[in-house]
Amino acid sequence: MRRARRHFLKLSATTLGGLLIYTLDRKAGRVHAQTASIKVPLRFFTEDEALTIAAAAARIFPADESSPGANEAGVVIYIDRQLASAYGRDHYRYTQPPFEPGVAEQGYQGKETPREIYHAGLKLLGRFHSLPPADQDARLKQIENTVFFSLLRTHTIEGMFCDPMHGGNAGMIGWQMIGFPGPRMSYFDDVDQHYGTTFRQKPASVAQMLGRPVTPGEDTET
Amino acid sequence: MKTLPPVDVAIVGGGWTGLTMAKELTTRTSLKILVLERGGPHKTRDYLDNMDELDYAIRLRTMQPIRDETVTLRHSLRDRALPIRQYGSFLPGTGVGGSGEHWSGISYRYYPHDFRRLSHIVEKYGRAKLPEDCAVRDWPISYDDLEPDYERAERLMGISGKAGNLRGKTIDGGNIFEGPRQSEYPTPPMKMPYLAALFRDATRSLGYHPFPLPAATTSVPYTNPDGVSRGGCSYCGYCERFGCMIGAKAQPSNTLMPVLARLNNFEMRTSAWVRSLVFESSRVRGVRYMDSNGDDVFQPADLVFLASWTLNNTRLLLLSKIGDPYDPESGKGLVGSHLTHQVSVPAATLFFEKPLNAFMGAGSAGIAIPDFDAHDHKDLDFVSGGALYTVCYGTRPIANFGVVPPSVKSKWGADWKRAALHNYDRTGLVRFYGEHLSYRGNYMDLDPVYKDRYGDPLLRLTLDWRDTERNLVRFVTSRAAPVARAMGASEIQPFPGLERYQATRYQGTHLQGGTIIGANETHSVVNMYLQHWLAPNLFVLGASAFPQNPSSNPTLTAVALTYRAADAVVQRYLKHPGALA
Repeated sequence: MRRARRHFLKLSATTLGGLLIYTLDRKAGRVHAQTASIKVPLRFFTEDEALTIAAAAARIFPADESSPGANEAGVVIYIDRQLASAYGRDHYRYTQPPFEPGVAEQGYQGKETPREIYHAGLKLLGRFHSLPPADQDARLKQIENTVFFSLLRTHTIEGMFCDPMHGGNAGMIGWQMIGFPGPRMSYFDDVDQHYGTTFRQKPASVAQMLGRPVTPGEDTET
Repeated sequence: MKTLPPVDVAIVGGGWTGLTMAKELTTRTSLKILVLERGGPHKTRDYLDNMDELDYAIRLRTMQPIRDETVTLRHSLRDRALPIRQYGSFLPGTGVGGSGEHWSGISYRYYPHDFRRLSHIVEKYGRAKLPEDCAVRDWPISYDDLEPDYERAERLMGISGKAGNLRGKTIDGGNIFEGPRQSEYPTPPMKMPYLAALFRDATRSLGYHPFPLPAATTSVPYTNPDGVSRGGCSYCGYCERFGCMIGAKAQPSNTLMPVLARLNNFEMRTSAWVRSLVFESSRVRGVRYMDSNGDDVFQPADLVFLASWTLNNTRLLLLSKIGDPYDPESGKGLVGSHLTHQVSVPAATLFFEKPLNAFMGAGSAGIAIPDFDAHDHKDLDFVSGGALYTVCYGTRPIANFGVVPPSVKSKWGADWKRAALHNYDRTGLVRFYGEHLSYRGNYMDLDPVYKDRYGDPLLRLTLDWRDTERNLVRFVTSRAAPVARAMGASEIQPFPGLERYQATRYQGTHLQGGTIIGANETHSVVNMYLQHWLAPNLFVLGASAFPQNPSSNPTLTAVALTYRAADAVVQRYLKHPGALA
């Protein structure tokens, strides 16, 4: 169910991780200023919604002097694709009624789909991306016990550290920050070595490891 | 309803137990064997593409689609059951191989005392030590009865490990408390990642008896007695929630299917959703299922095996009205009683100064200490056992990022990010798995409200912890902290304690009970050969037969029992079809 409109998110090229250079020990290399902007087609959000969610994700996982954050990793692009997919319609939940309030140990019992949770959350955030950072944090603090905030935090982590085929973790900057090498065929020679010392390898995505493209789940489900 | 030509044997479920039975029957008889599996096929090469944490470990694309069917949960008879709407405390797999595809491969034998658990507790501590409401039972077979079948199951899978008791002689470095084994493990123990090595050295220094986890993630190339060869583990860190992309982890798809696929008396029928067994005058006539076109199909069969995991075995008996449902208030009926899970907690979260390189590992590369299973409980406020352990299954970032020491208070923002980045590869767990006793109030029946995709009632779990489990966890949590300090942790977060049973925290796909094994038909659903007391041509395979959870993981025992049942079917039942006990 795609909406009959096309929205694009305009990003300065410097915000996309692919152009950042990170050394394997996590120190930021020089970020080259770019003037070009990139237009990313949106699948679910309007441009305004995308800017709002991007700004909120960037307060949850902010860039700082030592490392990039949610904007640089493309977290909002990840979230947009997930919400547009079957996941956004609650494909991965048992959704038969009746919906009744339960105890916490029974797990989330809400009726709302991820898409509906985001639409409600966008209302809570208001014109979030035009607020100064301190006010943004105060707004998030007010809503941090909502289902929406919890989902946004989860999605921000997913978008930081997923395989880049899902739209997040651009340039594998998330993986570089934590020293995760991505999927690898073998650590047979290393698994019982390097005790107590840092062992880091250049990250590779699933597609790079296999040498061929892999279709992400969000593009295959009906 | 469409009726198909009859088959000799129909097996419901294509996981470890169903396919082990299929292999024994197809290779030892000329019967025509049909396996009905709800999911699709699985091939080793598909698992390469599946090395994606998001789609497989988070969205859980190899699990049974929960939108089609789930279970409901309540803590007691007084509470309202609600559906578990997203997976949490357990993860049932689907497709050929079932949960045996995405398991971790930790493959224990149970202790001799586990098979006579009620007698063992009463002899050692007196009946007064049993908790109120306790329903623990002895099994109708002993460890010694099952020992040869344990060996067959270990050889089938090529389990890696080190014996701690060879024919009565204890051996340092293995589990010295285990029952006597007739032979050493088929393959040597796995390599130990850093965290496991720290745990091994720390526990040894404290006087415990660490041993390597018995592992179906085979350490070296191995050819099993059926002639099936698999390579050794490469420690890629994609075991649990994934199928093995090189076939080193023993899975039904790489261990049993290579034998079955070349036999022409075997058929695997996938996308077959079994809804009930047709039961008339003490016989099962066959199986009703929905095929991939949505057609209602009746498959007649002379002999039927239910091998669809603990919960679905129980549910199908209830839906088919074979045997009386258990009623906890009157104590009458048997089907659905003795529901247990496993006590499984992170006893301590450890924060280190040094990096762990924790992305390397395997689902069963780890170390356990058995000392609390062998403990004297005389002065303790619980009777159950279990083991502290560390497993290095290969840390992946989405599931593990964000853990910070207790000194960091924020859950988002700059401070949290900085601490979470620093601690990402410096965080490890000392885990605990422990015994879950059975109780009269923990059971399964059909839910009166919620339905599956075909309109059949969901299974309802009435399940909660008792003080025994809470006290056990409190005790081992207190023992985990000194271990954590000896491992060199700079900060330690102890497990806060068990309260109510949670559907939201992953504990393990180790559920037991519902169709329990026993020596007589007034107290059990199946006999010692897993044959249904009321229907001699029906056998119910798997951990649904276990009268309680004996602390460690159930798969190896479920497969060993299947071998034992297969021998009884081939050597006795097929010659004289009828009750075996």
